[in-house]
Amino acid sequence: MKMKKWTGLLLAGCMAAGALAGCGGSSTGSTQTGGGEGSEELTWKIGMIGPLTGPVAIYGTDVKNAGQIAVDEINAAGGINGYQIEYRAEDDEHDAEKAMNAYNTLKDWGMQILAGAVTSTPSTAVEALTAEDNMFQLTPSGSSKACIEEANAFAVCFNDPQQGTKSAEYFAEHFPDAVIGTLYDSSTEYSAGIEANFESKGAALGLDIADVESFTADNNTDFTAQLNKLKSAGCTYVFMPIYYQEASVILQQAANMGFTPDFFGCDGMDGILDIEGFDTSLAEGLMLLTPFAADAEDELTVNFVENFRSAYEKTPNQFGADQYDGIYALKLAIEKADLTPEASVSDICEALKTAITQIEVDGLTGTITWAASGEPDKEPKAVMIKDGAYVSIEG
Amino acid sequence: MKKILSQMDQTSRNDFITYGMVIGAFAVISILQALGILSSQIGGLLVPLCVYSIMAVSLNLVVGILGELSIGHAGFMCLGAFASAFFTKCVGDGMPSMLRFVIAILIGGLIAGVFGFLIGIPVFRLNGDYLAIVTLAFGEIIKNVMNSLYVGRDANGFHFSLSSANDMGMDALNGEMLINGPQGITGTPRNSTFLIGILILLLSLFVILNLIHSRQGRAIMSVRDNHIAAESVGINITKYKLMAFTVSAVIAGFAGALYAHNLSSLAATSARFGYNMSIMFLVFVVLGGIGSSRGAIIAAVVLTLIPELLRPIASFRMLLYSIILIVMMIVNWSPASRAFMEKHKLNRFLFKFKKSAGKGGK
Repeated sequence: MKMKKWTGLLLAGCMAAGALAGCGGSSTGSTQTGGGEGSEELTWKIGMIGPLTGPVAIYGTDVKNAGQIAVDEINAAGGINGYQIEYRAEDDEHDAEKAMNAYNTLKDWGMQILAGAVTSTPSTAVEALTAEDNMFQLTPSGSSKACIEEANAFAVCFNDPQQGTKSAEYFAEHFPDAVIGTLYDSSTEYSAGIEANFESKGAALGLDIADVESFTADNNTDFTAQLNKLKSAGCTYVFMPIYYQEASVILQQAANMGFTPDFFGCDGMDGILDIEGFDTSLAEGLMLLTPFAADAEDELTVNFVENFRSAYEKTPNQFGADQYDGIYALKLAIEKADLTPEASVSDICEALKTAITQIEVDGLTGTITWAASGEPDKEPKAVMIKDGAYVSIEG
Repeated sequence: MKKILSQMDQTSRNDFITYGMVIGAFAVISILQALGILSSQIGGLLVPLCVYSIMAVSLNLVVGILGELSIGHAGFMCLGAFASAFFTKCVGDGMPSMLRFVIAILIGGLIAGVFGFLIGIPVFRLNGDYLAIVTLAFGEIIKNVMNSLYVGRDANGFHFSLSSANDMGMDALNGEMLINGPQGITGTPRNSTFLIGILILLLSLFVILNLIHSRQGRAIMSVRDNHIAAESVGINITKYKLMAFTVSAVIAGFAGALYAHNLSSLAATSARFGYNMSIMFLVFVVLGGIGSSRGAIIAAVVLTLIPELLRPIASFRMLLYSIILIVMMIVNWSPASRAFMEKHKLNRFLFKFKKSAGKGGK
């Protein structure tokens, strides 16, 4: 009897070891076959990490899909330096630890360049790993400053301080007499980061910020208290550097209580027109500062939006546009550095680090150049919602 | 070895198997790692697996042995994580990294333990499910406080604020943000290794299993089974409840420290350190067979691995994960599967401790 039990235990142990070895073995096996195939058909392997499930999945899926469009276009036109691109997306559920798991999974796949992660906290967590492996990382929309702290990390989007400052400058230029109230989410780094810089820059520029209200992710269903305070402070403009889900609720509640200031948001507001069941007439007149406007009439934007609509049946948002530009930036930088996929991950990173500062991408989100710090330089566009669509405001 | 085992009584043999399982897993993984056939996916999961196993063992002490329901254990982990990462950030390079990490772990455990003790004092004077309510609130409060806490340091010393970074009055140019509100703590060195994780797991197991078999442990279990009877024989109920709960909180703090030093960005979001995470730990304990440390570890490892290993099926993995969870819950406890285990002697290996615990209990 006892013998049997110990044999069982031993067998179970062997099985477990076998299973683990299997995991390891099969994946290294696949990399090897990947390399083997490579001698005939070498490819660029670009990975992407983002929230494909969960509350902010709309950002992840848009980034994934827009990246796919860029990759398909480049592949159809002959690839980068004659090599085709393989593009793979992994889910991080907007969580730092899951993002690290996603990164390791992509590494097993043989990723050479990371075009991710989509949101800030995961992006910062992954950055520590890419810095360790010296892998080039270009985040489309990780907006916290910590996302680009390492030398190997670059961003396509504005970072939060930049957005706050640019918004304050926009106000000072266009509505210097406005009585401004702000309403922000103090529990997300995105919102808190923009607000802090908007306030300090606004004070420096002499803006009249009459009231500052906040909420957290745990009480984001009833905003009447905050709206009442903003109303009694006499605000004519309400600056909301928040994500679009909460904004849709706020607009509804403000309309119900007859509070009708001009609402102004940042790039997180992009996507508000795609919420199911949201009365888009409430968003009429909403302004947002974003580098991308889906209704712009230049050929590049028109083609991109058309391709995106026909493939995924929705209008792409700014996050997707950032990824599209990011993929093209990688293409230009790789061509500039004259690389082939045979180079090691670390060599690619070293070459791209300098190459990306020498290129200029004429993309969907404007003309972008990069500084060695990882920050992009481009002009934000102000758009307004008119008749259920984004329309650029000139000037 | 067989001889030694057969000479042991049943409980020590059980403990031996639990230790053996952990050490065996460590040995196998280390060999695979040394041979270089471990994928980076599994390699990256090793520390999280240790963290979740430690949390499962820790919560098992409260739920399985003490018989109280705690649904805010993520709050203790959160405290341990922030306390240890804060210490590491403050010290910086002023200390060898290994020594700094050990002290950070101890601080994480200490802070979590102090809060566990303080919460326990009023709650354990009451009978009923009060602990569940209080810990639930505690977990949420801790998460929200960490989310709005700003701490910075400049030449004039430390600055705190609970509203915004601008209100701290810190010298913004030369100062350094230590805890930056919802952004949390970034740039914590990644000191956690699989070896340290396994050592903490073994230490936790050693403390808990020895506690269970001690005089105090028997008192704790008697409180669980019948508090009136326990009180009538002169057992100080509050004291023993407090003892088990504080030990559990300290171990959760260790897990938090391990967690914080595995990630370079530590933030208290709703998904992370919210009540969902506490419920996940509870699922580990329930699925592992309430009261079995070994079962809790196995459940933690399996449930952490499944969603990662299901990555190839992309969008369906969340759906499949839930289905697997439901199936496991049903199959694990159904009379038919128990009879099958009984018949094929599988229960002797997996369910022995639970049975003996049950017997002792009822």
